Amino acid sequence: MENQASAKHWLKWFDPRNRSVSTWAFILNRVTGLGLTLYLFLHLMMLGQLAKGPEAYNGFIALVKNPIFTFGEVLVVTAGIIHGLNGIRVGLAGVGIGARYQRSMFYILFLLAVILSIYFAAKMLLGA
Amino acid sequence: MSVKWNVTFRISRQKSGVEREFQDFVLEVDPNEYVLDGVERVWAFHDRSLNYRHACHHSTCGACGMRVNGVEKLTCITPIHSVTRNGGTITVEPLRNFPVISDLVVDMSRFYLAIDEAKFFPVAPVNKADLPYEAHAEGQDDCERLVDCIECGICISACPIALTTPAYIGPAPLAAAQHAYNELEDASILELMDDVNAAWRCHHAFECSAVCPSNVEPGWRIMDLRKRIMRHKIQNLLTSGK
Repeated sequence: MENQASAKHWLKWFDPRNRSVSTWAFILNRVTGLGLTLYLFLHLMMLGQLAKGPEAYNGFIALVKNPIFTFGEVLVVTAGIIHGLNGIRVGLAGVGIGARYQRSMFYILFLLAVILSIYFAAKMLLGA
Repeated sequence: MSVKWNVTFRISRQKSGVEREFQDFVLEVDPNEYVLDGVERVWAFHDRSLNYRHACHHSTCGACGMRVNGVEKLTCITPIHSVTRNGGTITVEPLRNFPVISDLVVDMSRFYLAIDEAKFFPVAPVNKADLPYEAHAEGQDDCERLVDCIECGICISACPIALTTPAYIGPAPLAAAQHAYNELEDASILELMDDVNAAWRCHHAFECSAVCPSNVEPGWRIMDLRKRIMRHKIQNLLTSGK
């Protein structure tokens, strides 16, 4: 039945419409978590190039020096910062520490995540 | 002279075993009326086969919880002007995560059983209150109060985890357990709620607290319950050798 609980509704987890900021934080943690997991696989694939010898590895490194890959790395760093800082909030609230102030915690930690992300993005994109 | 708006009530219609569809009813309403007033007018003047639940009309019975424009609301205290504009549409659906019996009526029997299992009692001593707005005046220590949860089921409908996990008992029964433990200090309540589909299934979306019409703060209560469960387990661990 469409109205009953079912694992098939998992995509609705990512629907932020008409939902509170705490649900937005819940969605953000899932999106960044999935993104970081995907990156982990790509990273392992990249390390796998080492097994194919120095030429294959150097060729791959030359490819990832493309600005598109640098932008991808900025996204990975941003996702890591957001997921890590939001994870602190979830970890604390999840064991009953400051749970009544979890929304304020999210605002503060998200602001910190934005500042850190801008700093690292500037370093990676402009400093390169 | 009162202001009149033309509003379309788009109401979810579904009889048992039949595919759901939406039916539109255009009503002339006072924007200060409540959504439930509009639903009642649809039933009274347009379609007597419409099924919906209601009783007290003042947010005490918890019967009229529905999804209004995709958000869980207690329709008897939701003014029409807060959810639409003149010429606008109000989409009314049954609460999610419950089986639909007919139209806007859902089967809440499992939910009520879960609340009972949590040893919830709707009257509590005022000196056991644990949220700031529940504070009582001096000299009222021997008084009792009605606990705020009206068992409307709105929190279950809004919870993303209840949406995907049929076995999860949901926010209100967990909040009820926290209330009951706070009052009775009965460790069996903690042991019952120390389960993957009870206190530990919540994933901190706190949507239950956002939609609760009675400020029960189920999200906070679930986390407080976890803290008490952990404390109980650590105490057991430390004293088990004695």
